[in-house]
Amino acid sequence: MQNQTSSPIPSFFEDSGSDRKGILSWILSTDHKRIGLMYLYMVLGMFIIGVCLGLAIRLELFTPGKTIMEAQTYNAVFTLHGVIMIFIVVIPSIPAAFGNIILPIHLGAEDVAFPRLNLFSWWLYMIGTGLALLSLFTGNGPPDTGWTFYVPFSEFTTTNVNTAVFAVFILGFSSILTGLNFITTIHRLRAPGLKWKQLSLFSWSLYATAWIQVLATPILGITVLLILAERVLGVGLFDPNKGGDPILYQHLFWIYSHPAVYIMVLPAMGVVSEIIPVFARKPIFGYKAIAVSSIMIAFAGSLVWAHHMFTSGMSDTAVLIFSLLTFIVAIPSAIKVFNWIATLYKGSIFIEPPLLYALGFIFLFSIGGLTGLVLGSAGTDIHVHDTYFVVSHFHYVIFGGTGFGLFGAMHFWFPKIYGRMYNKNVATTAWAILMIGFNLLYFPLFIIGLQGMPRRYYDYLPEYTLGHQISTVGSWILAVGLIIMFVNLYNGMKSGKKVGRNPWGGATLEWYTPSPPPLLNFDKEPDTFKGPYSFKGVERDE
Amino acid sequence: MSNVHKDYQGAKLGMWLFLFTEVLLFGGMFVLYAVYLSRYPAEYHSAGKELNAFIGGLNTVVLLISSYFVALAISFLQRGEQKKAIRYTYLTLFMAVLFLVNKAFEWSAKFSHGIYPDSPHLRELPQGESVFYGLYFLMTGLHGLHVIIGGGVMAFVIYKMKKNEVNSTDFVMLENAGLYWHLVDLIWIFLFPLFYLVI
Repeated sequence: MQNQTSSPIPSFFEDSGSDRKGILSWILSTDHKRIGLMYLYMVLGMFIIGVCLGLAIRLELFTPGKTIMEAQTYNAVFTLHGVIMIFIVVIPSIPAAFGNIILPIHLGAEDVAFPRLNLFSWWLYMIGTGLALLSLFTGNGPPDTGWTFYVPFSEFTTTNVNTAVFAVFILGFSSILTGLNFITTIHRLRAPGLKWKQLSLFSWSLYATAWIQVLATPILGITVLLILAERVLGVGLFDPNKGGDPILYQHLFWIYSHPAVYIMVLPAMGVVSEIIPVFARKPIFGYKAIAVSSIMIAFAGSLVWAHHMFTSGMSDTAVLIFSLLTFIVAIPSAIKVFNWIATLYKGSIFIEPPLLYALGFIFLFSIGGLTGLVLGSAGTDIHVHDTYFVVSHFHYVIFGGTGFGLFGAMHFWFPKIYGRMYNKNVATTAWAILMIGFNLLYFPLFIIGLQGMPRRYYDYLPEYTLGHQISTVGSWILAVGLIIMFVNLYNGMKSGKKVGRNPWGGATLEWYTPSPPPLLNFDKEPDTFKGPYSFKGVERDE
Repeated sequence: MSNVHKDYQGAKLGMWLFLFTEVLLFGGMFVLYAVYLSRYPAEYHSAGKELNAFIGGLNTVVLLISSYFVALAISFLQRGEQKKAIRYTYLTLFMAVLFLVNKAFEWSAKFSHGIYPDSPHLRELPQGESVFYGLYFLMTGLHGLHVIIGGGVMAFVIYKMKKNEVNSTDFVMLENAGLYWHLVDLIWIFLFPLFYLVI
């Protein structure tokens, strides 16, 4: 039973469930694991492009004035960095990639509820990504509006905004269908006897995420359609010359885009909730509190959008209410962090790369979260609004949070997906370099932001030079860390040591199946399963 | 695929979730409608008078009857009367086309009066009226697009029923198509008074 390597059932890599061969057996596959992996490879590929754009931004800002590119190019580069990273990388990263691979297994199911719809979502994602890339090379040059497409500028710029916003519409549709699929899967496909209280916390976080995807993304859809209507038909709903109001655009945009931040970060929190108990050898502390806080974040996070608009000229009453609501969202996030720490307390911790990434998440996300309160408080926000303070806060939350959560998920589930182990020492080194590079890159931005350096500017005053240069050097260190991490994982995939079913000693259902899992996920009933965090009787199988 | 999985409840749940997303898609536009109504009540009033309440009312009747037809089709299919089910789905499709023909007449009348987005005539009118017509064209246009999609869905289900892949034991596809069609109907039930009657 322990030695799965001689397992008679072929893994999902070998058995596609159809007669198709080669690439067709992937791009037409309805197997959730294959679809999840295809998402993962696309996300990582686009991540590398996004990182290169980010490095180019940092390099341009190395000195005041022109360093390597013209101002118009710079505008396009930061817009593309935002659009690619937000809509193509971060939003689908954990839910579409690892959610697809892991969620059905966590439920004890053979696949998601709608496998063909799942494949369709992936195709929509590919089309959306293709269109986004197409917008670079067609029309009057790549969009230069920033990823927020704020009107009225986005209505009148001659760059290729139309293709880009249509790409965003299609990507949004893909995200909606994934969310719809996951909600139905969790409701309908839990294994017989698997109660809601026995769901893994990763499943809970995906459940909350899926609801946001379903309920918030349509607003993004209509918002970008309205931009198209403005640009193509000249309707004028956001154009002050025709009686429209640009502030309404900002409302509609953030009604989606703020909850979208939770689409990005909730699944990463789910990953951390999985990793920490496994490496502390202890049941998760506060299971219910963590599960409920995911739902609370989804709910409260949908009511705070206008904190992006404190300086837009909306009424003071609205500012006060949205500021208050923003502080409320901090509560469930803090609940999670405290419960993770309490799980580690008195645990018999063994330090492995996934745990290091999870700890990195907690550290970086806490900095990002606390600086978020500075922005959520209306008074201080006036001072730091639209400065590098915001840029830094956002990257601590999304890169430090979701990014490290994604890397954690990659290191945690890597042996399950490929049946091999990467070099742990190299992975630890990469993590250390990433942590140093990350903080060197983003922490100085807090300081120059507080001093008044505005974001998105091409040029800056000489007194900000030192902060920018430290940051740019940090970006190089971060890039080195990423290269080491990716090369290490690639080598592990090709020639790592083979592992058994349960290399970490986890108690959730995926560790009961062979590594890599067979087409329909399970080769036998996981009859010793007692709950996702009950480690009694669970043995490591390396 | 070897493992065919049919889940009636799951299919319905998925459809209802999708309907939520449709409601929210239109919700964004209803928010714009409400905000601009409070800003331009007088202009809404004078522009709204120009809309043809007769054609709007006629289309409301058309859609209500079509919803009745699709509900009948589902009942017939569940009882195993495949032929009647197909006939009533055809009738639903016919009503969808009728709606679109009416809509085309209505819009072209507006166009011939120089009322279309960004027209020179609209730019001379007060700004609130231009906003009203902008919303009118976008919201009824988006709704019209949904009528077209709904019609396509009906045609597809007819095809499936003729091949007997949708039948008295496996009727959830027609049921979900019906749900979608009711939603298209329901959205019009809100659009009609908001644009043609109350202002």
